[in-house]
Amino acid sequence: MTAARVGVVTFPGTLDDQDAARAVGLVGAQAVPLWHADHDLKGVDAVFLPGGFSYGDYLRCGAISRFAPLMEELIPAARAGLPVLGTCNGFQILCEAHLLPGALTRNASLHYVCRDQRVRIESADTAWTGAFEAGQEIVLPVKHGEGRYVASAETLAELESAGRVVVRYVGGNPNGSMNDIAGIRNEAGNVVGLMPHPEHAVEDLVGAPSTDGLGFFTSILKKLVNA
Amino acid sequence: MSTDSVSRAEGTPDEPMPYAELGMKREEYDRVREILGRRPTGSELAIYSVMWSEHCSYKSSKVHLKQFATKAPKSEALLVGMGENAGVVDIGDGWAATFKIESHNHPSYVEPHQGAATGVGGIVRDIMSMGARPIAVMDALRFGGADQDDTRRVLPGVVEGISHYGNCLGLPNIGGEVVFDPCYIGNPLVNALCVGLLRKDQIKLAVAPGPGNKVVLFGASTGPDGIGGASVLASATFEDESHAKRPAVQVGDPFMEKLLIECCLELYAADVVVGIQDLGAAGVSCATTELAAKGTGGMHVDLNLVPLRDPSLVPEEILMSESQERMMAVVRPADIDAFMAICERWDVPATVIGEVTDTGRLVMTWNGETIVDIPPGTAADEGPVYERPLHEPAGQVALNSDTPDGLARPADLRATLLQLLGSPNLASKEWVTGQYDRYVRSNTVLAQPADAGMLRISEAIAGAEPTTRGIALSTDGNGRYAKLDPYAGAQLALAEAYRNVAVTGAKPLAVTNCLNFGSPEDPEVMWQFAEAVRGLADACRTLGVPVTGGNVSFYNQTGSTPIHPTPVVGVLGVIDDVAKRVPTGFTGEGLRVALLGETSAEFGGSEWAHVVHGHLGGLPPQANLVAEQALGAVLVEAARRGLLEGSHDLSDGGLAIALAESCLARGVGATVALSGEPFTDLFSESASRALVVVRPESFDELAALCFEHEVPCYGLGVTGGTSLVVEDVLEVPVEELRATHTGTLPALFG
Repeated sequence: MTAARVGVVTFPGTLDDQDAARAVGLVGAQAVPLWHADHDLKGVDAVFLPGGFSYGDYLRCGAISRFAPLMEELIPAARAGLPVLGTCNGFQILCEAHLLPGALTRNASLHYVCRDQRVRIESADTAWTGAFEAGQEIVLPVKHGEGRYVASAETLAELESAGRVVVRYVGGNPNGSMNDIAGIRNEAGNVVGLMPHPEHAVEDLVGAPSTDGLGFFTSILKKLVNA
Repeated sequence: MSTDSVSRAEGTPDEPMPYAELGMKREEYDRVREILGRRPTGSELAIYSVMWSEHCSYKSSKVHLKQFATKAPKSEALLVGMGENAGVVDIGDGWAATFKIESHNHPSYVEPHQGAATGVGGIVRDIMSMGARPIAVMDALRFGGADQDDTRRVLPGVVEGISHYGNCLGLPNIGGEVVFDPCYIGNPLVNALCVGLLRKDQIKLAVAPGPGNKVVLFGASTGPDGIGGASVLASATFEDESHAKRPAVQVGDPFMEKLLIECCLELYAADVVVGIQDLGAAGVSCATTELAAKGTGGMHVDLNLVPLRDPSLVPEEILMSESQERMMAVVRPADIDAFMAICERWDVPATVIGEVTDTGRLVMTWNGETIVDIPPGTAADEGPVYERPLHEPAGQVALNSDTPDGLARPADLRATLLQLLGSPNLASKEWVTGQYDRYVRSNTVLAQPADAGMLRISEAIAGAEPTTRGIALSTDGNGRYAKLDPYAGAQLALAEAYRNVAVTGAKPLAVTNCLNFGSPEDPEVMWQFAEAVRGLADACRTLGVPVTGGNVSFYNQTGSTPIHPTPVVGVLGVIDDVAKRVPTGFTGEGLRVALLGETSAEFGGSEWAHVVHGHLGGLPPQANLVAEQALGAVLVEAARRGLLEGSHDLSDGGLAIALAESCLARGVGATVALSGEPFTDLFSESASRALVVVRPESFDELAALCFEHEVPCYGLGVTGGTSLVVEDVLEVPVEELRATHTGTLPALFG
């Protein structure tokens, strides 16, 4: 059997792409670099949109990346069921692309925040969280200046009632997100956006003092292998 | 006004030139005339004035700095020494590291956010220009008193600038310092360090060999920003044609810098770069003269080809602009297409602006007229050199006689510990460091508040052969010590950085330094500078670690009051197996706590004297470099054998603060007993000491290792519990330590 192939997208200004690729490799999947300017998903089985400051984020975070040639391929593929995980800037891009509802705005503190954050997995029914149990608390780093999740009251009610809040901050909200939301999914559960960085919590030696991020990568691997 | 061409200059030999407005002395201007055999054109004057400025020419410091070379210890690790964009050291297995620290003090006072941001950008480009991938940054910061009004303006801006620029570049910020002292009000220090990694056979240098090779300017376009305070703009001659006021502080675009990093690495990998230079201070003037001077000796540049952000710029402005995110490369004609294709892939504008010649002259044209025709070495390397007068400050003897011996000793050591732990200099810096990304690139093994930052190397460059090695870096400097004795102060700065690297298990290898002082025209400042350089050079020789490069920042003074002399020293070390790194502090329960090194009553310049009594006098702790080296050897060997479960250096605030910080690292308490006079044992700042924790069964081996190296080793107690207990002296719950330690900066800065 060939390894599951997970595409990792690089926009100009993407920063966590090699980190994501390494994490994909650590669980035994194959990371496939995807370039923003190509109309080509290279036949990957899933896509990771990593963090960074694509195009400098001088307009609104993710507002320009959303129009990249690669995104013209990715958006319909995601709507058709391709598993996609966007973290940090990737989450912002997914919101800008309307694959996920709501928006990520300036942290309530007005400061960039980098810290090891306790979060709770609220939903294990997604392509990216199947290896966790609902209610499980883990530690992942957050590092962002614009991670405050906001949405209309209607959208929030729908996310909550449909169980579409995937990850929630516990023990302190780092950015003022509504309902302490750290991550959400689309209706189908194949597209997930997360502010925290699972790719920085996968090895004992480096990164955050936790390897809890591995679960996101084993989740997608299991999902693809069992598909 | 028509362009001031060479032929016009020849025809108008007596036209007055604004050399004084550009900060040149009459003798310096006369020397330019002598070199050229005529008056300089406006453009030539612009080049000489910036290249011969203190900042670029080191004219006041050169005679002292040469000790770093003449006294340099023999080191097989040194691949590229001082004089290049950054030093390069061999770290084994075919890898090399390049690192350097540089000041951006004055801009950070004027405009804290952009000043600090572009400080990061500048040092990162220095590292890139050596052929390396930048892999981390650190910042050594000094601010005025924490409660002073201007500190509330400067600090948040500086932190935000570093945070925004560094985070956006994708470089982890792994350490540094934040120190407050009223002496820095009006003169904050922002010293930025960057470290990069490369294969040791791929070092790039700033040279322009090979006549016919093309000179390419790439990156951002050139705008009117960053044209220095003492610039052409201030001069009457150019005023009509120019704009009235320009911002003197550069504005950074970290996104462009990130593209430049990736673009340069692809250019290096494709082997299409013969020589490369970043554009920092003095912009195009510096890059062209330095590249030409180190190459075949000649270069022809058509200044009309420089892409401009503002088309009204005149040649003098183009030459002096310090617009950020620009690089200059020398490229073989056959490689130009490949070079341009890579730049295009990264959306980096690139333009051929000239070519290398063998004429020995740097010639520039503007609208077809020759406006510059100079021997480039005269601007780049043959600037004026001053042996400035120096003498010991008038108050030095009195300062050294005013010892802390008479200061009232505290009755309540528990209260003193908490008072110090919550004081701005010793309090948690998380308010600052929490704004920096320490995880990006996933190679961060240790970061603040660890004693040193540490990075693994194996995966730092995709595709390169794996190694188990890692590098560690620390910067340190204590202005109060240096004020009391600049010779010893510089040595203590080196000793502390050396120790901070060694406690993580890495062997110290090489040094960079940023020497922050007042005005070199003040003989008392010059004495401080000379003493500090002599001290540092002597200490580097004793410790066997060469200086690889650095930076001098003078004129950090307001009126006639200079800052404390502040040599900031960065040390880079190597750990053979990064998995054996020693974390900071008490990492678990039931571990034996040992103090390595000797304690005597040394309170001159101490945090205790500063915080409790507002006192600065006497002499700093003794810098015993032989003891430092022995301690370092014990720490590195003990880490190699896997004996150490945790460690922490002793420095500001002494054993008391080291114990408290060790407890805070993982929330693990400890019970220890002192053998001497409690106040001295807890708060003295004797150098060459470290705390370590070992498994009980390893204690004897540690003791034997210490004995072998003649390092005193005292068993103090054992870790565990929820309080720090110093038997018969004090007891503080770890949670109380934490509340005290973390509350201060948020209360001050929001």
